[in-house]
Amino acid sequence: MKRKVALLVSLLLAVSMILSACGGAAKTDMLTVCVGPNPDTIDPALNSSVDGATLIIHGFEGLMTLDKDGVPVPGQAKEYEISDDGTVYTFHLRDNLKWSDGKALTANDFVYSWNRAISPETAADYEYMYEVIDGYDEGSLNVTAPDDKTLVVTLKNAIPYFLELTAFPTFSPVRQDMIDANGEGWAVAPETYIGNGPYKMTEWVPGSHMIYERNKNYWDYKNLGANKIKFVLMEEDTSILNAFQNEEIMFADSMPQDEIDAWRDKPEFNLEGQLGTYYISFNVQKAPLDDARVRKALTLAVDREFICREIGKTGQEPAGAFVATGLSDADPSKEFREVGGNYYDPSGAAYEANLAEAKKLLADAGYPDGKGLPNIEYLYNEGTGHQAIGEALQDMWKKIGVNVNLVSQEWGTFLNTRKNGEYYIARNGWLSDYNDPISMLDMWITDGGNNDAQWSNAQYDELISKVKSSTNPEERFKMMHEAEDIIFDESMLCPIYYYVDLFLLNQKVEGFWSSPLGYKYFMYATVKE
Amino acid sequence: MGKYVIKRVLLAAVTLWLVATITFALMNLVPGGPFLSEKTPSEATLKALNEKYGLDQPLIVQYKNYMQKAIQGDFGPSLKQRGRMVKQIITTGFKVSARVGGLSILIAALIGVPLGSVAALNRGKWIDNVIIVFTTSGIAVPSFVVSTVLMLVFSIMLGWLPTYGLSSPLHYIMPVAALALYPTSYIARLMRSSMLEVLGQDYMRTAKAKGLSQFAILFKHALRNAILPIITYLGPLIAYTLTGSFVVEKIFTIPGLGSDFISSIINRDYTLIMGTTIFLAFLLITMNLVVDIAYKIVDPRIKLK
Repeated sequence: MKRKVALLVSLLLAVSMILSACGGAAKTDMLTVCVGPNPDTIDPALNSSVDGATLIIHGFEGLMTLDKDGVPVPGQAKEYEISDDGTVYTFHLRDNLKWSDGKALTANDFVYSWNRAISPETAADYEYMYEVIDGYDEGSLNVTAPDDKTLVVTLKNAIPYFLELTAFPTFSPVRQDMIDANGEGWAVAPETYIGNGPYKMTEWVPGSHMIYERNKNYWDYKNLGANKIKFVLMEEDTSILNAFQNEEIMFADSMPQDEIDAWRDKPEFNLEGQLGTYYISFNVQKAPLDDARVRKALTLAVDREFICREIGKTGQEPAGAFVATGLSDADPSKEFREVGGNYYDPSGAAYEANLAEAKKLLADAGYPDGKGLPNIEYLYNEGTGHQAIGEALQDMWKKIGVNVNLVSQEWGTFLNTRKNGEYYIARNGWLSDYNDPISMLDMWITDGGNNDAQWSNAQYDELISKVKSSTNPEERFKMMHEAEDIIFDESMLCPIYYYVDLFLLNQKVEGFWSSPLGYKYFMYATVKE
Repeated sequence: MGKYVIKRVLLAAVTLWLVATITFALMNLVPGGPFLSEKTPSEATLKALNEKYGLDQPLIVQYKNYMQKAIQGDFGPSLKQRGRMVKQIITTGFKVSARVGGLSILIAALIGVPLGSVAALNRGKWIDNVIIVFTTSGIAVPSFVVSTVLMLVFSIMLGWLPTYGLSSPLHYIMPVAALALYPTSYIARLMRSSMLEVLGQDYMRTAKAKGLSQFAILFKHALRNAILPIITYLGPLIAYTLTGSFVVEKIFTIPGLGSDFISSIINRDYTLIMGTTIFLAFLLITMNLVVDIAYKIVDPRIKLK
């Protein structure tokens, strides 16, 4: 009951916020923005890109949706109940829910869509997001629809972030009849791309633009922003900035690196935290990197503040750990990072001391002043930013006597080399999929698909598997902190900085927000004249 | 000539087959695959994807399957742009690229030929020097510089022209100009040297001695002979320009075919790599054939064998 009242209050708050944002101004006809280049797919199950997700949340809506603060609020579901042991969720859908073509939307649409997403035939990148649901391992999710408006989901274990997952684009409902008739092609043509979100796609010229119009059948239709949103599919940073300056687009999700200094102090310039870390992978199987002391020495000998200030330039935060800032701890008012702290001091002030310790560690490992160490290869993909960081690292590591050769590879080759572990040191990066540290820690289990470090630690594997089956939040987070401790006991990776999300927003736009996952919300945005 | 054309068409089929086979082998030699990304999909997903697109089969089987379908005009689905067919991507992209490219070739020919002729006729005078300077820079300055400078001046500083898309005639001005600069300059230089050579020929002197008008000498005798190298150059130029420019299309956000050539390789989008390569090869072969026939029309002395 309490939950329902809380839900109602938050809903009212959200609505009033939206109403005040609109402030009686005339509806904007068209809002033109650029969130990225031509998306490979906007099929909610197949997409794994951030810009694709932004497009999908405009065309679709899950049971829940994320508000301005990233908190899940009712979307297609008006309310929900959770069983006492936290494993059974019962969602009650809103009344008269409809698809954009007017057909009624039922709980069975969710049953179909979620099972479609995990089917091998669909081959979705994000199918593993469903692993928390009972029946996932057998290939048939324990998700049922006792009636058209009720959806019952049974989880393997109670997890604190399930509501957030239901707001994730992969969990959106899709239309079975359209998919049965058109296969994957359903998601490229406006006639078959039927959604249930605030907007519906009415035009897609690949490589040029997409037009989304307000969906008359959406439950909150009357509060929506602009009549149309035009997503221009631009790719070239300089052109994007030119279009933004020319007011041809009101929002730009990227800008040329060398223009950042000129824009930093303008009101259009926005920086938001992002749940992710730029780091360096060590191949722990290859000598001399199989020695934790050498890895730790390399980790300590990095001046992260220099890299953030001179190369990143956009307020990236020097990283002293792996799990990024912004992710919550057991007590949601605290961040995982606040509780866990740093594993070394990443500040510029501590650099000299870190260097001294690094030299000592190298000496302990039998390489005083780097003597006896072979030249080590540092692998990165072509692109100025990565190269500049590689050059900075080369310079920094030279200070402790470690000589590094820089090797660049073209993107596709780079991914292959890194995945197969045919490298010594390689640049890497990870963005969390949802607000829970397990999304970052899970990758380092033995033989994990993204375990580029080729690292294996039995204790770590056990901890992660316990985290996944734990029902006690306190205990869960304690174990995740312990798991991160192991990463740094072994120094199996070298964090550089926590990512930030940079974008340009025209000052005339009101009612826009972005989420820590990098999704951009334009559905309630208007342009003030 | 009919026999000649038939022979050439048969030869073209062999060439296309060779191009397809070599491309197929090369692209599979390059490490990586279409489904890798910064976040690698799970083993299960990768396996499912490979099965779905038949990439789990031995290369020789994949090759056979591909060729069988390609002969029937089925180039399969794109591996990266999910839900789109390669044929559809190429047709829609080509329509756009060909429109922009066609305009720029037209402009290049219409400006380049007279420019080169004027330079040749005024050899050593100031106007010749001006044209030489212009055409040399036109060849030397890469298109991304031209595009960026155009955009800076006409969109940002003057605010006259829009920066992206092709939604009105105004939108065409900058990309067409950027694309036309190089061929215009090249044609002008080619025309100049070829014209100079022709002007020194004995038959020109004869024509003058006959008392023909300046106009007749120029158009009937000089131009017709001097234009042959231009036609040779136009063949491949048309094929390359109609299929779009990676750089110019990126900068002006033009949904053409140009970017697909490069991005398909970066993405290891195997079917799209094959499709675009075969298409470009086809266009090149066709254009060369057209050029050969055009030769014959312009200069009846040439025998097609």
